[in-house]
Amino acid sequence: MSTQSSRFAARLMVAPSVGLLLIWMIVPLAMTLYYSFRLYRLLSPDRTGWVGFNNYLWFLNSPDFWLALFNTLALVGGVLIITVVLGMLIALLIDQPVKGQGVLRILVIAPFFVMPPVAASIWENLFMHPQNGLFAALARGIGAEPILFLENYPMLSVIGIVSWEWLPFATLILLTALQSLSSEQLEAAEMDGASALSRFRYIILPHATRAITVVILIQTIFLLGIFGEIFTTTQGGPGSASTTLPYMIFKQAIAAKDIGRAAAGGIIAVILANIVAYFLMRSIGKHLDA
Amino acid sequence: MARAVTPRRKLITTIAAWAVALIIFFPVLWMILTSFKTEASAVANPPEFLSADWTLENYAEVWARSDYPRFFWNSVVISVGSTLLGLLVAVPSAWAMAFVPGKKTKDLLMWMLSTKMMPAVAVMIPLYLLFQRLGLIDTKIGLVFALMLMNLPIIIWMLYTYFKEIPGEILEASRMDGASLWGEIVHVLTPMALPGIASTMLLNIILAWNEAFWTIVLTTTKAAPLSAFIASFSAPQGLFYAKLSAASAMAIMPILILGWFSQKQLVRGLTFGAVK
Repeated sequence: MSTQSSRFAARLMVAPSVGLLLIWMIVPLAMTLYYSFRLYRLLSPDRTGWVGFNNYLWFLNSPDFWLALFNTLALVGGVLIITVVLGMLIALLIDQPVKGQGVLRILVIAPFFVMPPVAASIWENLFMHPQNGLFAALARGIGAEPILFLENYPMLSVIGIVSWEWLPFATLILLTALQSLSSEQLEAAEMDGASALSRFRYIILPHATRAITVVILIQTIFLLGIFGEIFTTTQGGPGSASTTLPYMIFKQAIAAKDIGRAAAGGIIAVILANIVAYFLMRSIGKHLDA
Repeated sequence: MARAVTPRRKLITTIAAWAVALIIFFPVLWMILTSFKTEASAVANPPEFLSADWTLENYAEVWARSDYPRFFWNSVVISVGSTLLGLLVAVPSAWAMAFVPGKKTKDLLMWMLSTKMMPAVAVMIPLYLLFQRLGLIDTKIGLVFALMLMNLPIIIWMLYTYFKEIPGEILEASRMDGASLWGEIVHVLTPMALPGIASTMLLNIILAWNEAFWTIVLTTTKAAPLSAFIASFSAPQGLFYAKLSAASAMAIMPILILGWFSQKQLVRGLTFGAVK
């Protein structure tokens, strides 16, 4: 149905969004690239000049960098595993014939509407605080020492908070996928004596593949840039224990006021994001007929 | 996949499902409860559930101490404005990609999505400098543009998956009847796509409302939305729990209520066409 003229019109209609996104991506990226090869410290603005790859070398040689890289991948991977597995279990549970499914969905979706600084501050103050938090009260209740979540397990705590924020997204998409599954197929399998596990493995899981793909794709996009939750709770500490790549860049820019190094870190983060995107598209892209 | 089950099994699954849902919701509930307690009651040991001293004092004080209506209005303008502007740009693009697909359409969509993978922090300084040069720091219009561009790939992708479900024959029929391209979009496509556009709009208002990086980096006072309001309210650790909770509740309540009322459309849209 596409004639020459409609093709031209289509190009014209796609052009604004492509153009805007190109500018939005390339202009800041080009500026970041430029700064990454410059000496540019806000504390000594007179000293400027080209420094070659020095900013990159500083980043790659910093012991914090490898920790930050590990933490970034641990955050993305950890939250993905927790939300997909728990989300699937919860979706399977809610998909059963239960009373008040509508209200259940409203309760489960709530964390999705809570903005990151609020989510982080609820968990930090009302739950994880070693004196006044609810977890500390629970620990005292059973005669145990309160756990110092953010001090001793900072990365796990951040993963926990972020997982809570993203669990509704995973759960509700998977629930929608389960609800579109025909019950005849499952009943037939049950009559034929297929166990619950093999029904899950051979009927439910293949049916939900596309939904799982979307969950992984969308969440990865948002998780790679997680910043606010760490800023509110641990500030990347103690030491650098919960510093991710975005947070390390932020520290260079704001605390150390070294724009050159921060820019080099930014370019490294963009390269990392591209590597993740590449593998993601290769491994799961085929499930999407976008 | 509703199936016939025994009443006993239904009771057990109902209890289990409700227990899980309440655990997930509990942090929000606890925050709301805390916002109605006195400060002393909020940090009481052991924690007080029903025996607490209830009060509205915290809300009154947060209201008096900060300019809540201004933050609220900024949030509304920024989230609704960036969504409408985004739709204006995205609807024609998504329409073209859905109905006149080329060989590269899928790659183009994936490329658009991949622009969102660039960590915001990585381009914070250049973007700040750009905004400064253009005089857009601490302006609503600056944030409208920033959040529009940030969410544009998501808007396009959601619309695209909706548009693709519209059968092409209907468009061909209207073309036979001599409808122009514009007429086709306004009279045929838009009415059919309205539910999809509505849920795209909802999701993006929520994403923009909850955005808490650019809104904080690019504003100081005049254009600061509720995400900046709550960041400025982060009291010294372990102090003023009740007031912090009240401020938090005030920041999330508008979008929580909007989301609850529209959750059916929202969830449908969230699946990005993965579930037919």
